[in-house]
Amino acid sequence: MPIYEVVVEVWLKDGIVDAEGNSVTEALRDMGYPVKDTRVGKVYRITMEAASKEEAEKLVEEMCRRLLVNPVKDKYLFRVEQR
Amino acid sequence: MIRVLVLRAPGTNCDKETARAVREAGAAAEIIHVKKLIEDTIDLLDYDGLVIPGGFSYGDRVRAGAILSAKIKSKLWDKFKEFAEDTRPVLGICNGFQVLVELGLLPGLSYGDEPVAALVPNTLARFEARWVYLKHVNRNKCIFTRSLENRVLRMPVAHAEGRFMAAADIVKRIIENDQIVFVYVKPDGSLAMGEYPYNPNGSMMDIAAICNERGNVMGLMPHPERAIYSWQLPEKISDGYADGFPIFREMVDYIRENIK
Repeated sequence: MPIYEVVVEVWLKDGIVDAEGNSVTEALRDMGYPVKDTRVGKVYRITMEAASKEEAEKLVEEMCRRLLVNPVKDKYLFRVEQR
Repeated sequence: MIRVLVLRAPGTNCDKETARAVREAGAAAEIIHVKKLIEDTIDLLDYDGLVIPGGFSYGDRVRAGAILSAKIKSKLWDKFKEFAEDTRPVLGICNGFQVLVELGLLPGLSYGDEPVAALVPNTLARFEARWVYLKHVNRNKCIFTRSLENRVLRMPVAHAEGRFMAAADIVKRIIENDQIVFVYVKPDGSLAMGEYPYNPNGSMMDIAAICNERGNVMGLMPHPERAIYSWQLPEKISDGYADGFPIFREMVDYIRENIK
């Protein structure tokens, strides 16, 4: 079975307060950088087996819906590459 | 003897006081690790009630409640579903509320793969630990609050992700179905209308607690188990019970009347 490397990014939707992002913005501004806004997301790097790239994409979509993302508050994107 | 299971997972930290509250209300409380349920050495269906207490299950990894919910969904879902559909009482406090929402047991309008509501980071982007005022607004559906009428109660909150959020159509159904149980209010009992600190997290419609359509599953962000005795109140009154106690007493009374 081919091995796929998957990268999933999960972000709080726009408009939902990102506390960590705000702290980072404040710290960077304190340091003198002209930062307007920071959003902090999560990145998952998943190594998996799948019959094809399409199959891998289908499974990753499922993983996002079932665990990695709450669609009420999160948005996400992912990419899948064969190793 | 009425038996209530208080669920423990790695990172749960309110299990002991929750068990004590259940015992004070007259039931036997057993703190059981989720591992025991997964290994099937303990059967959830041998119990009359379930409480998922507060804490940081699995370190809030992925997001609050997500990992415990995924474990329950993949290993224990049939039992949890049967337990809830059997109208045995299920109470989720703070992190437990987050778990029930992730599971879809709350608002309980569907059991799809995806949650239809969320408890998102507080608007002020910080951990809020304070006493709040709650008004009971349920019209007799929720089995945990049958004696409360329109009382205003005081309990502490302690959370960073407690802002209830759902799509407009879901909120509409929650209102129509009488599923809102407590809202955050000002000390005089008037609606907080989102005003901080009365609404500590920016929750939609000042929602602090909801129940499912049948009223036997309730989740709330405040901690009733930290407001059992009057000496726990900020003014430390020496005698009597505080406002969180009726929730546990109602749970046990309901079991006595309907399950046992």
